[in-house]
Amino acid sequence: MMLSKGLKRKREEEEEEKEALAVDAWWLDPSHPAVAQAPPAVASSSLFDLSVLKLHHSLRQSEPDLRHLVLVVNTLRRIQASMVPTASLPPVPSVPAAPGMADNLLASSDAALSASMASLLEDLSHIEGLSQAPQPLADEGPPGRPTGGAPPGLGALDLLGPATGCLLDDGLEGLFEDIDTSMYDSELWAPASEGLKPGPEDGPVKEQAPELDEAELDYLMDVLVGTQALERPPGPGR
Amino acid sequence: MAGAGGGGCPAGANDLQWCFSQVKGAIDEDVAEADIISTVEFNYSGDLLATGDKGGRVVIFQREQENKSRPHSRGEYNVYSTFQSHEPEFDYLKSLEIEEKINKIRWLPQQNAAQFLLSTNDKTIKLWKISERDKRAEGYNLKDEDGRLRDPFRITALRVPILKPMDLMVEASPRRIFANAHTYHINSISVNSDHETYLSADDLRINLWHLEITDRSFNIVDMKPANMEELTEVITAAEFHPHQCNVFVHSSSKGTTRLCDMRSSALCDTHSKFFEEPEDPSSRSFFSEIISSISDVKFSHSGRYMMTRDYLSVKVWDLNMESRPVETHQVHEYLRSKLCSLYENDCIFDKFECCWSGSDSAIMTGSYNNFFRMFDRNTRRDVTLEASRENSKPRASLKPRKVCTGAKRKRDEISVDSLDFSKKILHTAWHPAGNVIAVAATNNLYIFQDKVN
Repeated sequence: MMLSKGLKRKREEEEEEKEALAVDAWWLDPSHPAVAQAPPAVASSSLFDLSVLKLHHSLRQSEPDLRHLVLVVNTLRRIQASMVPTASLPPVPSVPAAPGMADNLLASSDAALSASMASLLEDLSHIEGLSQAPQPLADEGPPGRPTGGAPPGLGALDLLGPATGCLLDDGLEGLFEDIDTSMYDSELWAPASEGLKPGPEDGPVKEQAPELDEAELDYLMDVLVGTQALERPPGPGR
Repeated sequence: MAGAGGGGCPAGANDLQWCFSQVKGAIDEDVAEADIISTVEFNYSGDLLATGDKGGRVVIFQREQENKSRPHSRGEYNVYSTFQSHEPEFDYLKSLEIEEKINKIRWLPQQNAAQFLLSTNDKTIKLWKISERDKRAEGYNLKDEDGRLRDPFRITALRVPILKPMDLMVEASPRRIFANAHTYHINSISVNSDHETYLSADDLRINLWHLEITDRSFNIVDMKPANMEELTEVITAAEFHPHQCNVFVHSSSKGTTRLCDMRSSALCDTHSKFFEEPEDPSSRSFFSEIISSISDVKFSHSGRYMMTRDYLSVKVWDLNMESRPVETHQVHEYLRSKLCSLYENDCIFDKFECCWSGSDSAIMTGSYNNFFRMFDRNTRRDVTLEASRENSKPRASLKPRKVCTGAKRKRDEISVDSLDFSKKILHTAWHPAGNVIAVAATNNLYIFQDKVN
């Protein structure tokens, strides 16, 4: 969408653009009397929409350009702030309701926007956690924070080792989400015995096959709880 | 366009008359993406000029020596070596392709017969050795001239191999690969004045490396917030001080520059100096932050000043004064009223570089429409020149260009609305000692020399 010399755009596009820019860009025109002294007061909704579009486009990239993303987000926040002049916008998704016809749209899109921004920025941090090599031991004594040089392929395996601090439990959860363990869940344990009710109340054993002897179950519970305690606190599911 | 240009500044002792010297690259309008030049850098002596492109290739040009029999080729740059520095890679863990585009090249000072340079893409830095071979050994005992091994039982006498001259061959070989230390995209590398270490900077972190050690680097700046949702600022450029090996600067997307001293603390998250010019309230707009984002920072050769490039201007700072720059040069102020459309087409995010002349008396930076700007700090004069094939007759003087903002366009002026925003000059370089400049215009490299030269 570059403005290149001599490139003729379709008439409809041009008209749309002129309309969007000419009508709504008045505040940027330094010769406009209203602008001469005062900084811009309110952004148009088209500038807001454009920014939202840019943000979504940026976030949709497999690896977003962080600088572009941050600049668009900050600009969007400025625009938002000008459109809701009476409310002070916190950085979190909850935006206080403001009067005005565009504000329903604003509030809903803002919440959705903030949520998507938040989740996607969070994703970025997960991605980093997954691929970051483990830190070398502190007693090596060099200045600064040593960063590892291990190849990225080892990253996933390293997560199974001692916690490195940069990993969240969610990150581990996410790793295994798409692995189908149903095959292992049912085969491992004893074949069905009639009349046995599925008994376990506790978390880790919840998904085991129900056809288990109660004594066996207790034994397994002990084993599992024992090993689980070493790795991490029992959470819901796997 | 032969002859001295009319309508420009009158010639004076300080005025340089820039002339076209050479242009490298394909002529056709259809530009292959891989051929787009992404970095340009002279070496310390200026005899070598390296370019990197989006296809991951490095091309090195060498300046011809003075030759009485071919006076016109004096000072010409010709291809010396070409090699593939980086290949596209696939990060299987993140399911992402890593671009082979060369983001930066930095030369090492020459210490022996070979030349060394660092080249980097988004994730990996490589140290390349470029060496000449102009002799080869002949008369081996164990193998014959074709290279085939001789039957040892047939060898009845021993001889000493002798060195014979051969056609010059320039070889490039990767000596070190510095990988896996950057989660985000590398935007800068800078060789330290100690010639043993260098820094690499990505959007959020800066690492310090030793040239001999590839499996470890030290993180010296970390701007990553604990919660990524709080991210509001990224690192845009970083450079070591030319003389003080403990000092470096890094610039940000918020228009601030921090100078750090590695002696004061191993972790340089806090700065020694903070350079920021307060915003002019009368020119404030929704795009204020974007246009204040610094795209390049360069120390002067003297080490007394540094220069920052933001979207519309170049600022020169005295390292002893943090509150405001000592000079501000407008690059293309006529774009200020067009910021909305430039935001729409993403041009407002373009990252222009800047450079100092060898004596620090002048600075240069690029603009749109293949224009580039030069500012003489002594005479306070500036000029706009164009890198184009039309103005490329041998040794033809470049005519100053002018952009007209008002309704009345003078004869040789070009109106703002006619500027070609797809022709941007992002990368320029100035010879460290003489008046030779290299300007990258998309896939073409222009070399201009001063007439006096």
